[in-house]
Amino acid sequence: MAEVIIPRTPALPDAHGHFGPYGGRYVPETLVPALDQLSAEYDAARNDAQFAATLTNLLTHYVGRATPLYFAERLSQEFGGRIYLKREDLCHTGAHKINNALGQILLAARMGKQRIIAETGAGQHGVATATVCARFGLSCDIYMGEEDVERQALNVARMRLMGARVIPVSSGTRTLKDATNEAMRDWVTNVRTTHYIIGSVVGPHPYPMLVRDFQSIIGREAREQVMAQEGRLPDMLVACVGGGSNSMGLFYPFMNDTKVRLVGVEAAGLGITTGRHCAPLTAGSPGVFQGSASYLIQDEDGQVAPSHSISAGLDYPGVGPEHSWLKDSGRAEYGAVTDDEALGAVKLTAEREGIIVALETAHAIAYLGNLKSAGHINTDTLVIVSCSGRGDKDMITVARELHL
Amino acid sequence: MNRLTHNFNELKARGEQALICFMTAGDPDPDITVDLACSLYGAGVDAIELGIPFSDPLADGPSIQASSQRALDTGMTTRKAMQCAARIHDKVPGLPIVLMTYYNPVLRYGMQQFAQDAVASGVDGVIITDLTPEEAAEWQGHANASNLATIYLLAPTSTEDRVESVSKICSGFVYCVSRTGVTGARQDVPLDLQETITRIRKFTDLPLAVGFGVSLPDHVKAIGAFADGVVVGSALVDLINTNRDNPNLLKIASDYCATLKAATRKLDSPQAKGTR
Repeated sequence: MAEVIIPRTPALPDAHGHFGPYGGRYVPETLVPALDQLSAEYDAARNDAQFAATLTNLLTHYVGRATPLYFAERLSQEFGGRIYLKREDLCHTGAHKINNALGQILLAARMGKQRIIAETGAGQHGVATATVCARFGLSCDIYMGEEDVERQALNVARMRLMGARVIPVSSGTRTLKDATNEAMRDWVTNVRTTHYIIGSVVGPHPYPMLVRDFQSIIGREAREQVMAQEGRLPDMLVACVGGGSNSMGLFYPFMNDTKVRLVGVEAAGLGITTGRHCAPLTAGSPGVFQGSASYLIQDEDGQVAPSHSISAGLDYPGVGPEHSWLKDSGRAEYGAVTDDEALGAVKLTAEREGIIVALETAHAIAYLGNLKSAGHINTDTLVIVSCSGRGDKDMITVARELHL
Repeated sequence: MNRLTHNFNELKARGEQALICFMTAGDPDPDITVDLACSLYGAGVDAIELGIPFSDPLADGPSIQASSQRALDTGMTTRKAMQCAARIHDKVPGLPIVLMTYYNPVLRYGMQQFAQDAVASGVDGVIITDLTPEEAAEWQGHANASNLATIYLLAPTSTEDRVESVSKICSGFVYCVSRTGVTGARQDVPLDLQETITRIRKFTDLPLAVGFGVSLPDHVKAIGAFADGVVVGSALVDLINTNRDNPNLLKIASDYCATLKAATRKLDSPQAKGTR
């Protein structure tokens, strides 16, 4: 397993959390001192060998890292090139979300916070948070949109089994966006006793930075593994982007390897032209939402537009500020695939590799078809796809849609 | 000096506190918003906070969330809210107006345009709930150029360093958040509020207004002992909504505000007897 030493003195963000014009801190005043405290604690923690040792130990023996870099032979036959899957689906709890939840709960413990809150869409971050709260004996409340409570019922039961309280959110669109608003409101109210474990590279500074850093174990391992297995760097990294944590985690350690193409895949939902999608980088515009400046799906008056995706984990109108910066700077490129294409990729990966991937992950795999059609994958092209989560949680949706 | 500061100071000289009332523009509709503002002025309200609704008001509790959504559902926009302000200003030019919103609608409208149109609509100040002073340099430039006050919030969690730096760029008045939490009517005044106000007072001569949770004359009286003004929002928004179809809506709302206003006055003051 790669060192979990957290990257030091990163070039971005700057001291105020800015990635170019994006990021920053746009929150009610009440939260500013808590964000300052979190920044200071994180600075101290990442210079603390004991913190790194504790995190490494847990990632190894509790999460099961390093996760394999698996050569997907039959997907390679389908799409051409040499396709590897970084198997975050094999992490304890079934997705990459646990990497960040563990890091943040250690910070919460250092700050003496007794209570944890989190938002969740697909339920994977909620489950990861409930898991680490059970492990560390902290009280845990998870905000989840009513629509997601219905479509991710299994994850709701998992959270409850581990002692978390799942609070259904009925305001607004009843999905991740509104669950995040409610979690923020709870935090504003209980900020003195409570740490908010944000699940993606979104929100006010320092969250986009620290979630990226905790997730960058994905890319550090993948980099070592591909060098060991192929003797060279990949040509391309492909990962789905909702808020963008698994993709940032994979991309970040390759940021300076400028020959490695970074490809993020958003959810086109029913199709970009229908307006019912979650693709702010593909079809949105810059704005300020839930604590930071970033691309956003919004109307001409600056009201945030409802998003749609079959995948609850991507069903979010915003995106992490660093992705906005990577898009504008040209370092990363972004595309989008529809609900139907994602479903097709779930089926294909199950049939060809015997791996049932999450609907979120399926967006990344489906996009290999677009890359192939565009002539970007030839026999020698070495591709690492982030297999961010397993699909057990989606079986009800998938069974219905695919008439299983 | 900004008109808000000036009016606060005049009230203070009389031993009186300012009553600032919040309404969402367009809830239940723009005409009623304008009529309500005029009635409230008649009832003695010292300034109006006019909310420009935003889809994701994360500092607001259920009352203002629902109100914002109702306003958006009837087609309220930033431009239309400015028009409401202009109509209010035409009818009751003596009533200071503060716009309250979130940053994204301002950004989308264009910061400079927003500041200029606000002033042209008779607006005295702006509160942008999620705009922290650290991110406000560009906005502040436009607001200053238009001579528009920007009111920032301070909270019970604000450190002394922060109280000092926020007070420095604040103008009009300082909005002191009464408790950690979101907006919404509460039963009591927090025990540590006076301490918070005393702490803030050390760093600024600007008037201090307290909001979040204020809904009853007793709250107003208690807060008036140490602050310069109160902001009442959710309770009024709920009252307006409950009586939206009541032909006596204007009277009900202004009676409520008159009761609150009476609580800001000393019993023996000449103004104690009545409304405008």
